[in-house]
Amino acid sequence: MNKKKKKELEKKAVQLRITGLKMVQTAQSGHIGGAFSLSEILSVLYFDKMNVDPKHPHAPDRDRLVLSKGHATVALYPALACRGFFPLSDLDSFRNINGHMSGHAEIHVPGVDISTGSLGQGLSCAVGLALAEKHSKLGYHTYAILGDGEIQEGQIWEACMFAAAQRLDNLTAILDSNKVQLDGSIKEILDTGDLAGKFESFGFHVQSIDGHDVEAISNALDLAESVKDKPSMIIANTIKGKGVSFMEGKSEWHGKTPNEAEFKLAFQELEEAYHKLEE
Amino acid sequence: MSEKTATRHAYGEALADIGSDPKIIVLDADVSSCTMSCIFAKKYPQRFHNMGIAEANMTGTAAGLASAGFLPFVHTFAMFLAGRAYEQIRNSIAYPNLNVKLVGTHAGLSVGEDGATHQCLEDLALMRVIPNMCVISPADGNETKHAVRAIADHKGPVYLRLGRLSVETVTDIPGYSFEIGKSVRLRSGSDATIIATGLMVPEAVKAADRLKQHGLHVQVLDMHTIKPLDTQAVLRAAQETPLIVTAEEHNILGGLGSAVCEVLSQNSPAKVVCAGTNDTFGHSGNAPALLEEYGLTADALCARILSELEP
Repeated sequence: MNKKKKKELEKKAVQLRITGLKMVQTAQSGHIGGAFSLSEILSVLYFDKMNVDPKHPHAPDRDRLVLSKGHATVALYPALACRGFFPLSDLDSFRNINGHMSGHAEIHVPGVDISTGSLGQGLSCAVGLALAEKHSKLGYHTYAILGDGEIQEGQIWEACMFAAAQRLDNLTAILDSNKVQLDGSIKEILDTGDLAGKFESFGFHVQSIDGHDVEAISNALDLAESVKDKPSMIIANTIKGKGVSFMEGKSEWHGKTPNEAEFKLAFQELEEAYHKLEE
Repeated sequence: MSEKTATRHAYGEALADIGSDPKIIVLDADVSSCTMSCIFAKKYPQRFHNMGIAEANMTGTAAGLASAGFLPFVHTFAMFLAGRAYEQIRNSIAYPNLNVKLVGTHAGLSVGEDGATHQCLEDLALMRVIPNMCVISPADGNETKHAVRAIADHKGPVYLRLGRLSVETVTDIPGYSFEIGKSVRLRSGSDATIIATGLMVPEAVKAADRLKQHGLHVQVLDMHTIKPLDTQAVLRAAQETPLIVTAEEHNILGGLGSAVCEVLSQNSPAKVVCAGTNDTFGHSGNAPALLEEYGLTADALCARILSELEP
């Protein structure tokens, strides 16, 4: 990846955080922590890798993305808006009774491929999309983004078993491993143990990367796509609330709305980071 | 009355009959030789996937397939589809209104010896309360075959309820046609109306025929669609006959009886007797004996109608 592209994707990630934070400020509601851990991943997917065209959001051969951790709309909707699926101003109606920007990902939002929100279900839908491609041979790739708390749901492992048995090499799952769930740290609540070992034993090609390094994300996605006969899992080691110092790694920022002073501080930090990248 | 067939057998043949449509993809959770999706599997192995004993993933996979433009037919026992995968059906399929056909077999007490864990008496209730969901419960093999074509043409999620037990065919009558949401009148009469669904339809027909010996003329409506309910037929029946009896192999809480009462109580209050299981589980036993024990036979229907109508 050249330096220009790298900087561009890093800036985009910060822009997604700023846009997401504005959404939450307007709505006075939304999940910041698990959205900010995803910003670099969505930046690389929507602004580098994925074959999508906002003018043709239903093109049959488009790449698909299933946000299995469907509460991370604070990351996904800014990415879709910045990619041109709908105007940025639509984000003002996020979680609002008069708007169409629902709290969790829903297919009536342009660019959303699968409705999610109930944890554990999205990977199965992604498996269905990948299986459909094996039948239709339309050549698209399916991406699924999972939460590391979400994989406590048994359905995830049913989907993993089936994806491997069907050799769905057109499926790349990305685990947003931010180590924190709603009630506390994953280690404390229900330790998911050796993640790489688990997914490997379920038949996945597994990579572990720094989920905030756009170059590492890009390389991992390329490698995943080149793997034959196996679905891929990219374990992205991330930080919940990344980019805002007082939110980083704290479970309380799973779904809490900042107060006025906290918003101010958070915007300040993110804008500083953005300007630093512009230098 | 003619030949006896289990609705699941008629279903399996009908699915294979329409199987040449390349959009159809069939999923089963390790019970294909029971749900009879195995007939399709044999004919079109490339478009059949055995998902293993993993109903939640099967339903979610169907959602993905449907969103990519395929027409998935999903199979397992009613208990493990409507019951186990309820929330997947609600959130992954019905809320986004995806075109998935859910086929739950071995519904009701008549699964027999397997006992209460397998006797689903709640599926009509569970499926009918989900917005966007269409719920079909055919009476016999003939009606099942018609229903399969109708649900394949219907856009949106459908739950099709089928049984294990062989039942007499009562719908092979002149002029029969199947339309989702339109009940079929199998007997006419002005003394009472039995509104029945599933295997209770043949029992209702037998009951109506027996009651003629008592000088009673009982109308029988085959309510193959639980949702959208044929409300016009229900209201007409309440106007034409002084007594409505509903008959279902299902808990009377939430099923056909409830659906009929909801319509009548809001529009034209009438006396309704609900035949079905009453807030209870089943247990092991052979199917005919169980149906008798729970009052789900022609004789039991006759007795209830006679006790209501005779002073």
